[in-house]
Amino acid sequence: MSTVFVTPKAKTKEVNKDASMLKQKEMMAAHYERLTNAPQSGEKVAATFVPGNLNELIMCFDLVNNLPEVNAIQSGLRRQSGAYVLEAEKIGHSEDVCTYVKSDIGMMAKGNIAPNGKKFPNPDVLLLSYTGCFTFMKWFELLREQYQCETIMLHTPYMGDGKITPNMIEYMVKQLKEEVIPKLERISGVKFDIDRLREYLKKSAKAEDDLVWVLQSAKNKPSPIDAYFGGIYYIGPIFGAFRGTDDAIEYYRFLRDEVEDRLEHGQGPVTPDGDMGKERYRLVVEGPPNYTNFRQFWKMFYDEGAVVVASSYTKVGGVYDLGFRHDPDRPLETLAEYCLGVYTNRSLPMRIEMLSNYVKEYDADGLLINSIKSCNSFSAGQLLIMREVEKRTGKPAAFVESDLVDPRYFSAANIKNRLESYLQMIEQKRASARSAA
Amino acid sequence: MAAPLNGADVASVVARAQTLFDDLSFSSAREWKAAEPGRKVIGYMPIYVPRELIHAAGMLPLGIVGGGDQLEVIHGDAYYQSYICRIPRSTIELGVSGRLDFVDGMLFPSICDVIRNLSGMWKTMFPHVYARYFDVPQNYRDEIGGNYYVNELAELLHDLGTLRGKPVTDDELRHSIALYNENRRLVRELYEFRAQRPWQAPAAEVYLVVRAGLVLPVEQHSEMIRDYLAAARREDRPRRDNCRIVLTGVFCEQPPLNLIKSLELAGCYVVDDDLLLVTRWLTADVPVEGNPLQNLALAFLHHSESTAAKYEPNLKEKGQHLVRAVRRSGAEGVIFACPSFCDPALLERPMLQHVLKDAGIPFIAFKYAENSGQMQPIREQAGTFADSIKLWSAP
Repeated sequence: MSTVFVTPKAKTKEVNKDASMLKQKEMMAAHYERLTNAPQSGEKVAATFVPGNLNELIMCFDLVNNLPEVNAIQSGLRRQSGAYVLEAEKIGHSEDVCTYVKSDIGMMAKGNIAPNGKKFPNPDVLLLSYTGCFTFMKWFELLREQYQCETIMLHTPYMGDGKITPNMIEYMVKQLKEEVIPKLERISGVKFDIDRLREYLKKSAKAEDDLVWVLQSAKNKPSPIDAYFGGIYYIGPIFGAFRGTDDAIEYYRFLRDEVEDRLEHGQGPVTPDGDMGKERYRLVVEGPPNYTNFRQFWKMFYDEGAVVVASSYTKVGGVYDLGFRHDPDRPLETLAEYCLGVYTNRSLPMRIEMLSNYVKEYDADGLLINSIKSCNSFSAGQLLIMREVEKRTGKPAAFVESDLVDPRYFSAANIKNRLESYLQMIEQKRASARSAA
Repeated sequence: MAAPLNGADVASVVARAQTLFDDLSFSSAREWKAAEPGRKVIGYMPIYVPRELIHAAGMLPLGIVGGGDQLEVIHGDAYYQSYICRIPRSTIELGVSGRLDFVDGMLFPSICDVIRNLSGMWKTMFPHVYARYFDVPQNYRDEIGGNYYVNELAELLHDLGTLRGKPVTDDELRHSIALYNENRRLVRELYEFRAQRPWQAPAAEVYLVVRAGLVLPVEQHSEMIRDYLAAARREDRPRRDNCRIVLTGVFCEQPPLNLIKSLELAGCYVVDDDLLLVTRWLTADVPVEGNPLQNLALAFLHHSESTAAKYEPNLKEKGQHLVRAVRRSGAEGVIFACPSFCDPALLERPMLQHVLKDAGIPFIAFKYAENSGQMQPIREQAGTFADSIKLWSAP
């Protein structure tokens, strides 16, 4: 069977963006410049993951953070990932496994070119922060084989029983003290300074406050934000290379002001086609989005007046809305708690409870699950999650399927059909509620 | 057929193991539980749990490795998307259909995201059954991963003590460690025997005998292995002109028995494999003296099997366990058989294949599901592999 990939159009329609989105774009571009210029600047590079991202610690060693997941997302958005995935499959990677991994490996095989057109530098260290996803471990073992560079494992135990135990914290702090920090010192040549870490953590907490305010602004009606499609932009800096920086504080302050302004004016979210019309449906979404057809996917929602008021995906790099903040007074313990608490490291009952609470607290019409073919960490158990959330909230739920960055698994017609049927179901529920009243 | 004068014959041992294998209601475990009031059964999934702890609490460890090819999955499919492997759906089927209604607890080891999430599903679906995700360290330093693991073991032991209503003592643990040491020694002896004389111990028979250890009390299982070894040594069987292979990737969802048989029919003697690793996870005896939890933890850190679910800190060591298995067993090639959608096995596979290539060891790869029915393509592939080894790899 031959596979046809859609290539980027020569000139697309002008896309509307918030000022915050433009600001973020500049930040990302600057980061990619810094990263790709590392061989010239002499800066050393640490590759690591979004869940369990220890950016404050990485900065203590003057290392530049490179996130392969984010690179795969960029490839997906630019519609390059399909060819990368095929390349990885050609060299022996199974069609069944994570497409982030295959996009990354395929990108390496095809020259490892960053979104700015320059070559990614080889990492000096792979910081294997193994949090909430088994595939991470294999991914960095695969990269280690390619780059032949040092790999540091930080193992985050899973919150199987729904709690963080002292044993987990002690284990993680010991790993940080006796494995991670000494190795980062040796690789970077920079001595660890705990006060420097505290300063970064203080800054993280400040930005986290504003991020939470923005995410929770969706409790208003109409919601001034879309907490899934728009939310993905909002989490970019804090989940990526900016947590703990002044840039992040400034960005989230700026974003908060922007959202406050929209709220004051009773406006809904900004979509790629401009201001969203009347808010007709309020949804909670579980699972990552599809990136190869991101705008098309989003459009299916806003064309129907459906706004996502809360999502689990915007919690993969940290669950801040349940109260966690990086704590400069307990610098290593707080990093451990951060890693332990990310969404995909939470047990299934915790996820069910969180999503049920979102439906209630954000007064949503129901839960939509976008189940990702190649992400077992998210996907295994989602059908039970769907039933349980329905049972606990009395609100209808629906299920669509796609993939992260593999365009072969995005079927627009199927998704649109299911979404429309779901919205009709919500209408029927509303009608029967009205007649019962 | 009359029983031989000097003990059980191969056929009777294998027939008993086959009966246990076929029994999807776990009658033997049910009978064990019913034999004395207060007895409890603790289920566990691949890849490894310290069964010594369960045994020391006077309970029966029961290995659950899915439903195989004889279980019709009716409910289980409603819990999983098509792109998720088969073992969790058939395990859910076993649970929902009441086949595990006598099980007092379930342990879900750290192997992959699917089994990990199944632990939470079990808690949600069977809230009155003790269910625990059993985490193991990925750091192998005594004072870091070792301490963490000792505390995890202590927590599990505490829970088991609470379940039976009486704490488990160190002496009880030591006794269980001794029994499992003996059992692992016997499994290793069986594997060595098969590697030396694979025509005397066909892979399907060895599999059935080892698998019986998932449902039998350890004392009975050790007896069964002894019986089989004695009988297999006595029996004279024809030696075929087969090649010798190591089968790998089969550590979680089990291949159908027919698949294992098909490999030998196609001309490949299986001389080592990573099936049912729990039965030989610890590669050396665990000391019986001293602190038993500490001893189990150190054995896990320093004397346990390598597999995809474990992080290998040393790049040079990556995949070498497979090369060693080939050399140790005198194998001529490796067959990668991975369950469809199995993240650990499939992500690991390219790295292992690179190592084999560097070592000059031929290999082939295919996928299966526990309910795969069509063996012809696998037979053809394995047959061609065997032929190519016989024709081209001879010195």
